[in-house]
Amino acid sequence: MRKLLVSIVVLGLFAGCASETKEQKGAAVEEGKPAIAPVTKPPVEPVAKPIVQQPIVGNPLTDPGNILSKRSVYYDYDSSVIKDEFKPLVTAHARYLTQNRSAKMTIQGNTDERGSREYNIALGQRRADSVKQMMLLLGAQEGQIETVSFGEEKPRATGKDEAAYSENRRSDIVYQGE
Amino acid sequence: MKTNNPARFFLFPLLWLLVTPAAYAQLKIEIIGFGSTQFPIAIAPFKAEDTLPRKVTDIVAADLYRSGFFKIVDSGGLTAIPAEPADVQYPLWRARGADVLVIGAVSAMSNGYWDVRFRLLDVGKQAQLTGFAYQVTTTELRRTAHKIADAIYETLTGDVGVFSTRITYVVKNGTRFELQVADADGYGAQAVLASYEPIISPAWSPDGTRIAYVSFQQKKPIVYIQSIYTNRQQVIANYRGSNSAPAWSPDGKQLAVVLTKDGNSQIYLVNADGSNLRRLTNTSTIDTEPNFSPDGQWIIFTSDRGGSPQIYRVPVTGGAPERLTFDGNYNVSPRYAPDGKSFVFIQRSGGRFNVAVQDFVSKQTQLLTEDGVDESPTFAPNGRIILYATEIRGRGILAAVSSDGRVRQRFSVEAGDVREPAWGPIMKGQ
Repeated sequence: MRKLLVSIVVLGLFAGCASETKEQKGAAVEEGKPAIAPVTKPPVEPVAKPIVQQPIVGNPLTDPGNILSKRSVYYDYDSSVIKDEFKPLVTAHARYLTQNRSAKMTIQGNTDERGSREYNIALGQRRADSVKQMMLLLGAQEGQIETVSFGEEKPRATGKDEAAYSENRRSDIVYQGE
Repeated sequence: MKTNNPARFFLFPLLWLLVTPAAYAQLKIEIIGFGSTQFPIAIAPFKAEDTLPRKVTDIVAADLYRSGFFKIVDSGGLTAIPAEPADVQYPLWRARGADVLVIGAVSAMSNGYWDVRFRLLDVGKQAQLTGFAYQVTTTELRRTAHKIADAIYETLTGDVGVFSTRITYVVKNGTRFELQVADADGYGAQAVLASYEPIISPAWSPDGTRIAYVSFQQKKPIVYIQSIYTNRQQVIANYRGSNSAPAWSPDGKQLAVVLTKDGNSQIYLVNADGSNLRRLTNTSTIDTEPNFSPDGQWIIFTSDRGGSPQIYRVPVTGGAPERLTFDGNYNVSPRYAPDGKSFVFIQRSGGRFNVAVQDFVSKQTQLLTEDGVDESPTFAPNGRIILYATEIRGRGILAAVSSDGRVRQRFSVEAGDVREPAWGPIMKGQ
C-alpha cells in the first residue's frame, strides 16, 4: 500500500507539473522560475484517498487469495482418504456452507485411467463422498451437497504416467451456478 | 453404403498393412494364432456375383477365416463356375485339399430383389450338407453373406454362428464421443448417439432393438435406454448422485443399475420403463458391474466388501452373496458366458489388467490375454469369442480372443479411440 501511495504521489507530481506548465503559458519565461516549483504541496491527497479506502468487494469463492478458490482434493492410488494437506481446504468450504445456507455444491469424484471404468465410477463416487462426509461433520447440511462421479471419463491430464495419474485422482468442488 | 464415413470401423490388418495398403479392401484381419484344427473349405465364386457391388463369397470367406477355425482353400483359376452340384468336379477340389466346398449363384429378380443361393457340399462323400436360397434387396446382401457364413459355420462346427450379429462400442475422437453400432465384422458402422460428454457401459436389450448406456450429457452419469431404430432416448435412472452400470435381465423386462442415491454405490433393480425401483444389495462398500445369469436367476457383480474388488454372485431375489474370485486383489467386470457355465472378467496382476475366464463348477481360472491394459470383456452370443477393449501404442482398440484363448483378432478405427464394446444378441427370425 505504501508503494501505491508513493506512485500516486509521483503521479501527482507529474500532474502538478503539467498543470503548472499550462498555467505558466503566456507568462514571461525570462523569469527563469522552474515550472515544478510548488513541489512542497502537491495535490495528492484527494486522488489517493478514494483508492486507499476502496474496499475489495470480490467473491470469496473466486478470489485467488482466498482458500475457497481452491477446489481440488487429490488422492493416493486406490485411496479415498483425504490427506492432511487438503483438510484446511475442505474445512473452509464446509464453513462457507454453514455460513451460507442457500449455497449448494456438487463434488465431482475422479480417478486415473487404470482399471474398470465402472469400478472407477464407484471409486470416484467414494472420493467425492469422503469430502462430503467431512463437510457434514463440520456443519454443512446434506441438502447442500450432491456427490457425483466422473470415474476416469473426464481426465484433466491426458498422459500415461504417474504425474498425469495423480492429477486425475481428484475431487472437484463446483458451486451451484458456476 | 457407409464406405465414405470417416469414422468407419474396419478390421485392422496390421501385418498386411506393411505389405499393401489395399489390404483394407480385402477384408483381411490380423489373426494371431488359430484353432487347434482348421477345417479346409473351398468357396467357389458364386455364379454372376460379379454383378454385385461386393462379392458375396469374399464376405463369407472373410467371416470363416476370421473365426480361426477354417483354412480357406484356393478357388481360383476355374474354367467354369459350378453353380449346381452337377457342375462340380470333385476330384479337382479333393486335389486342392478341400474337405468341403461352397457353391452358389446370384441372379437379379424382376421385382428388384436378388436371389442368392448356396450349397455346402461334402467333397469326399460328394453330397450336400446344407443349402439355402435368399431373396433380398441390395442393402441386405452383406447381411445375407453373413447368414450364409453362419449356416456353414453351424453345419460344420455344431455351434451357432455369430457373423450376422452386431456389436456396439464407443468411439472417442478428440472431444467427441459416439455410440456406434456395426456388423460383427466392423462394417456398416452407424452412430446412434453423439455427444461432447462421455458415453460408457452400453448394454444390448435381449431382443437387440435397444441399448442401455450411461451418458454424462447432463454433467453427471445418468442411465438411458435408446432404440437403435427410432433413436428415441429414455431416462431409466436419474437419481441424486451417480447412476451407472446398466444390465438387462434375459427377458428384457428389467435392468440392474448402480445408484448412489442412498450413499455408496449399490445395485438396484428397475423395470425397463424406469418404474418399480428396488434395492438389491445392502452394504457400506462398493457393489457395482451387475450382470444377469442367462437363466435370470442370479446376478454376478464386483464388490470390495472383502477389502479389495472381487466378484460375487447373489440371487436376483436377494440374499447372501457368494464370493467367486480369490486370486489377486483386483478382479472386476464380470460377464456370464451364454451357457451360464463360466464367466469372463478382468484380473489385475502386477499392475497389468488381463482377460480371464473362470468355470463355475471347477472354479478354475484361465488367463486369456497378456495385453496388460484390457477392459470391458463381452461374450459373443455363441460363447466362442470374447470381445474386449485394449490399447496399442496408446490408442484404444477392440480385440477379440476365442474362449479357448487360441484365436486372436484386433479391430481399430481410422481415427480416435475405440472402447466399451458390447456384443449384440442373435436376432431371431431375421
